[in-house]
Amino acid sequence: MKSEFTPPIGKISQITGKCISLIGNDIDTDRIIPARFLKCVNFDLLGKSVFEDDRKTLKGRHPFDLEENQDSSILIVNSNFGCGSSREHAPQALIRWGIRAIIGESFAEIFYSNCIAIGIPCFTLPKKSIQNIQKYNISKSLLLEIDLKNSSAKSIDLNFNLEIKESTKNMFLSGEWDATGTLLEKSSLVERKFKELPYLKFS
Amino acid sequence: MSQDTLFDKVWDLHKVSSLPGGSDQILIGLHLIHEVTSPQAFGALKDKNLKVKFPDRTVATVDHIVPTDNQSRPFKDNLAEQMIETLEKNCLEHKIRFFNIGSGNQGIVHVVAPELGLTQPGMTIACGDSHTSTHGAFGSIAFGIGTSQVRDVLATQTIAMNKLKVRQIWCENQLSNGVYAKDLVLHIINKLGVKAGVGFAYEFSGPAINALSMEERMTICNMSIEGGARCGYINPDEKTFSYIKNKLYAPKNEHWEKALTWWKSLKSDEDSIYDDVIKIDTSKIEPTVTWGITPGQSIGINQQIPLLDELSPNDKLVAEEAYEYMSFIPGQSIKDIPVEVCFIGSCTNGRISDLRIAAKILKDKKVSKNVKAFVVPGSEKVANEAKQEGLDQIFKDAGFQWREPGCSMCLAMNSDKLIGNQVSASSSNRNFKGRQGSPTGRTLLMSPAMVAAAAITGKVSDVREFIS
Repeated sequence: MKSEFTPPIGKISQITGKCISLIGNDIDTDRIIPARFLKCVNFDLLGKSVFEDDRKTLKGRHPFDLEENQDSSILIVNSNFGCGSSREHAPQALIRWGIRAIIGESFAEIFYSNCIAIGIPCFTLPKKSIQNIQKYNISKSLLLEIDLKNSSAKSIDLNFNLEIKESTKNMFLSGEWDATGTLLEKSSLVERKFKELPYLKFS
Repeated sequence: MSQDTLFDKVWDLHKVSSLPGGSDQILIGLHLIHEVTSPQAFGALKDKNLKVKFPDRTVATVDHIVPTDNQSRPFKDNLAEQMIETLEKNCLEHKIRFFNIGSGNQGIVHVVAPELGLTQPGMTIACGDSHTSTHGAFGSIAFGIGTSQVRDVLATQTIAMNKLKVRQIWCENQLSNGVYAKDLVLHIINKLGVKAGVGFAYEFSGPAINALSMEERMTICNMSIEGGARCGYINPDEKTFSYIKNKLYAPKNEHWEKALTWWKSLKSDEDSIYDDVIKIDTSKIEPTVTWGITPGQSIGINQQIPLLDELSPNDKLVAEEAYEYMSFIPGQSIKDIPVEVCFIGSCTNGRISDLRIAAKILKDKKVSKNVKAFVVPGSEKVANEAKQEGLDQIFKDAGFQWREPGCSMCLAMNSDKLIGNQVSASSSNRNFKGRQGSPTGRTLLMSPAMVAAAAITGKVSDVREFIS
């Protein structure tokens, strides 16, 4: 876990970092950050509590506790990662721990959009490819260089393509993943559209 | 791509623009907030020096952290007190309607908005809570959002989102006696899987859905997210309209007729096109119970916990994890597994009809001496109605604790928690590892009627043996 946290800002086109593999399908956001840690009015202290209960159960053998993973920033996961609760605290905990990109077989929808909203690109790969990367990563360190523009990743001895929705990729490349600014631009259009809503005339 | 479904109509009505990245800017008609996922959003507004654009279109209540034993202020838990104070301050500062404890209208956000008539057909509804899909029961397009999107809705009344595909889940025939909406939705999630809904809105339709009451429909839509679908909805009909009529924020007088005409135009056209259609025969569904750590791991009451070989390759990994965590043996019957805690409540099954069904089973019966049982009404309105009908007394006479409204042990953010590896029979929506407050606690999801039956016998039981 990194000691200082600087949130990503602006265009994101490249992410370089060590991989950390976490094996398991349907890992829900309650596991990423248990509900008791949601008793807070800011996200500042969440990083250290990421996967708290899973880590306690594994008594130091959880990937997030292993010495060799401490400065990792690219998380490799399996299917339906981040299912369940919409709590943004989950990706906020991950990013504060040091995660800057996630590669997985598939992601739950709200988790995925929360990741975009805070600047964590999520990429997908077929099941077999994920398993191969995890297998490789468990036996040796994997330093990956992700090129968002070309949707590709390379290391000393691996070179592969990543999948990411075109719309999502464009948002990271242009810096519009932080949507507020873009949404505010259409303010007058929003007001016009708002006035046209039939149900606002009923109440 | 879907065409002329309710989802298409409502989406098109709320679409402000196509964004450069390829997603749509969607107007949010009703924004619901609570104490857990909103403070950071208000903080971000302050940092960016932004105001709430349409304060009238955001409504707040407090539910997740509220204690259910003693709600006098300040709360014993300092952090919980800090969260409610922050919400009070933010609502006051930004002139947002807030249904606080004691207002008569406080409760779980997804129970409160429908019972006040805030939830109406044709709206887009967003809330920083995944069970926002509940409101789809009224033919609205409702979905959970994260805190950054809460910030966006507050600041702009819009969010950036990709349009979803639409899957129709056609529910044929009728549920049999003793089988409820909860059993139906658990069955659907089991058949389709917990991630099948990713990228989809689920339209629940067919004779079995038409026959459901509004509260039962809310149970179905509520759990869409457990099947991976961020949004689930049901086409509005006469039941929808009569549920809304005369509610506090329902259209009144001449507005009512206009609203009705518009609402009737919203339902999916006869010849609408879906991205996918699935048919479910609901007549064969039994009372259903989860045995594992995802809401998809469920079986009928007379079935056995599946063997690894019986599962598809994709389900094996999480099944192995579930066997170990739950300490159940593959092949073991779910029936007769002892339970230690029984919980009736939550946004899935904490409404008046849920309490009525459970009370009917519990009348003149006693909770097993090995069981701690408690009921948490979904809202102050539900609690008051239950008291008027004498339901609270039936629960208390049976040995249930009667609590104050809130989310309670659905996610255990207050002091209602499992202890150690207790097994809980729960009318809530998630059986994830540690979900009910103990990192080793075990949750069996089932209908409120099934929870009542389990409370009496102290073990997983077939509720049909308790009803004539």
